Parts: sequence; structure tokens; C-alpha cells
Amino acid sequence: MSPTEVLKAQELVYELRIGDIMSRRLVTVTADTTMREVKTILRDRRISGLPVLDGGNLAGIVSIEDLIRSLEENDLDALAGQYMTTLVHTIGEREPAVRALNVFGRLGVGRLPVVDDEGRLVGIMTPDDITRGVLRALEKAYHEEEIRRYRARHVFDDIKSDRTSLILRYDIPLRDFNRAGRASSQIKQTLNRLGVDPRIVRRVAIASYEAEMNIVIHSVAGGNLVAEINPELIALLAYDTGPGIPDIEKAMTPGYSTAPDWIREMGFGAGMGLCNIKACVDQMDLNSWPRQGTRLEAVIYLKPTEGKASDEAA
Amino acid sequence: MKLHEIVETLALTVRAGRRSLDTEVTGGYAADLLSCAMAGAEPGNLWLTLQGHLNVVAVATLNELAGVIVTEGKPVSPDALAKADEEGLPILTTTLGTFEVAGRLWALLGATR
Repeated sequence: MSPTEVLKAQELVYELRIGDIMSRRLVTVTADTTMREVKTILRDRRISGLPVLDGGNLAGIVSIEDLIRSLEENDLDALAGQYMTTLVHTIGEREPAVRALNVFGRLGVGRLPVVDDEGRLVGIMTPDDITRGVLRALEKAYHEEEIRRYRARHVFDDIKSDRTSLILRYDIPLRDFNRAGRASSQIKQTLNRLGVDPRIVRRVAIASYEAEMNIVIHSVAGGNLVAEINPELIALLAYDTGPGIPDIEKAMTPGYSTAPDWIREMGFGAGMGLCNIKACVDQMDLNSWPRQGTRLEAVIYLKPTEGKASDEAA
Repeated sequence: MKLHEIVETLALTVRAGRRSLDTEVTGGYAADLLSCAMAGAEPGNLWLTLQGHLNVVAVATLNELAGVIVTEGKPVSPDALAKADEEGLPILTTTLGTFEVAGRLWALLGATR
């Protein structure tokens, strides 16, 4: 499993409910079942423990260990009620799988009866059920993401034109710090699905985030971020309608910023944005007109032989 | 070193992203300027900062950081915690200052390298 799949498996342990992965094929006995019958059931069903019911309520569990004790005592005619383990830990069907994992780890028991909200026995689970449940869910999630990625990767194959490209357009509202970063994170997600080299994705993510934040912070009425993707390159275009940058050379100086104090307090306005973009892209073109707006174009090549192939951000 | 081991050793409070504590931490980065973290922090790093607002989550997830430690007992906004939970990004808090956390983290990570 790759690290991301391992992480996914860990997430699933929190997301999967006990009720989804437990065994519902419930075999039970009553307190007056003999240990001889218990032996037959365990053997025939190839299971290692049985819930013991008393008047419909869970009274205990009789397991192979209990059976061995009765065999050692040569006491197979005794009743399950005598040999069963009482004080049984139960788990709710709506609890996450990770709860069962913790209980198994802490108590060292091999199985847990599962109860519904009213405390009625509805199933039983063993550590194997968790493994099986996670693997099943992982397989399903893996297939879904694989299909998405497969479709995305082949999107350029079936479309015939002299130059095909995919264009993502985002409206960037002014000073909306709650949605800031949304465009860049969606561009990043798309590039990952398209199967772009992760180092290139990272460079695009940094450049598009800085361009997006410049519009959020500095524009007069918001602006737009456009990412054009084709098999050769990714072109970013960020533009707004003002106020314009009075001195581009100054704006490109590391540490120079015109952001107001309240924005600096949030950690923006480090004066590094344009420098970060320049360091991440292969070509950058910045034009600005006072009171009319700013237009930033940047290109990142997908093939390492073109462009300067720097995967390090400054 | 795994993130959960760091959480235990430094007695950090886990405020969000509990499901992602098994990540391998590759290093650390300390800054309160988002652009610096964007450019300087490497994927898998732990980011030490005083900032506790929503945009910290955006920078950390875009950069695929292992988690964020908000130091000096600075507050973390509820929307940042909710977003971090959604993204599976661990947000950890401590009353210790950035200097002390960085020093102890350096010692911990240096020992495993």
C-alpha cells in the first residue's frame, strides 16, 4: 500500500460504522444449551464463540476457551450458562469501527456482541471483520478514484483538434478570506487527477495561490483566475480591474508590500507573493495600468526538458 | 518520526484532524507569514505559527504539510478547525512558545535522522 492508501485506511476506520462491517449471521445459544451442543455448533459453523441469550437478552458469551475448560473437566453435559463468560463488553452498531479496534486492543477479547440503540443483540464482530470491512471499502474508494483518474488522464486522447486545452475559470471575490485559496486548491485537485507530476502540481499550487491572494488582497473589485491546461504546459492568467501596480520593479522586490496592517496581521503581505510566483514558473509576464488593472501571465511546462525545470520554490 | 509520537512527547493538544496523526513528519518550518510558509515549508513538514485562522488551513493543505502547531496558546478560529477536520489536517496547540517548540522538535527529529 502507498502512504496515501495507508492514510485512507486510517480514515476509513473512523468513517466505517460497526453496523456496516459486523457479521449479521447471528448464531446464538441459550443458557440451558449443553456444552456438547456448543461444541457441535462451533465445529460445524467454524466459529470461535457464541452469544448466550437468556429470555432474549444477552447473558454472556461461550467461546472455544470455555469449551476447552469443560473438556478438561470432562463436563460436556454441563450447561452453557455454567461455563460462559458473563460481564460481556458490547458495542453499539452506530459506533465507528475504530471504537471496536480500541476495545479489542484494550481487553484482548476475540469478539464483541453488537447491540442496537435499545440494547438488542443485532450482530457480532471480530478483528477480522474490521480488516475485511476496511479492505472492501478501500477497494471501492480505490476503484472510484481510479475511474475518475483514468477518465481525466485520457480526456485529451479522444478529442481531436490541432490544439486542445482544458480551461478552468474562477471568479475571485475581493477580501473574502473565507473562500481564499479555493481556486488554487481546485486547480491542484484537477492536476492531480490528470496525473501531472506532483512536483509540478506543487509549483502550480504555489503560483496560483499567490496570484489568487493578490487579487483577494489588492484588487478594487475582485478579479479572475484562469488556468489553461494542455498536454505541453499549464498557463495561469490572473487579472483584475484595478488599482494597478504603480511600480512593478518595486513590487517584485522581496519583502516589499503595500498590504494594510490588518491584512498583515493575518500573516499576508509578506512582500513575497510575486517573488514566489516567479520562482515557481518557467515564464512570467506582469503588466499593470494605473486605475485599469493588472494582468499576470505565467507558464509552467509539463515536460522537464522545456523551461528551466526548477522544482524548488525560493 | 510519526506525528502522534510528537504529539505525545510535546504534550500537544489535538484540536482537529485526529484521523491523520499517523503521518511521518519530515521536518519543521516556523513563520507567521503565509507566503513564507507557502514557499519555504516542504511537504510533510510541521508548521509552527501564531496564526490560527482559516487561511492557515489553505496554505497547509496546498503544501501537503503534516500538520500545524499553533503556539503560545494563541486561539484557533472555529471555522479553521472545521475546515481542517474536513481536510484531515491536524491542528495542534500548545502554550509553549515557538522558540521552545522548535528547539524540542529539532532535538526529536534530529535524533531519528
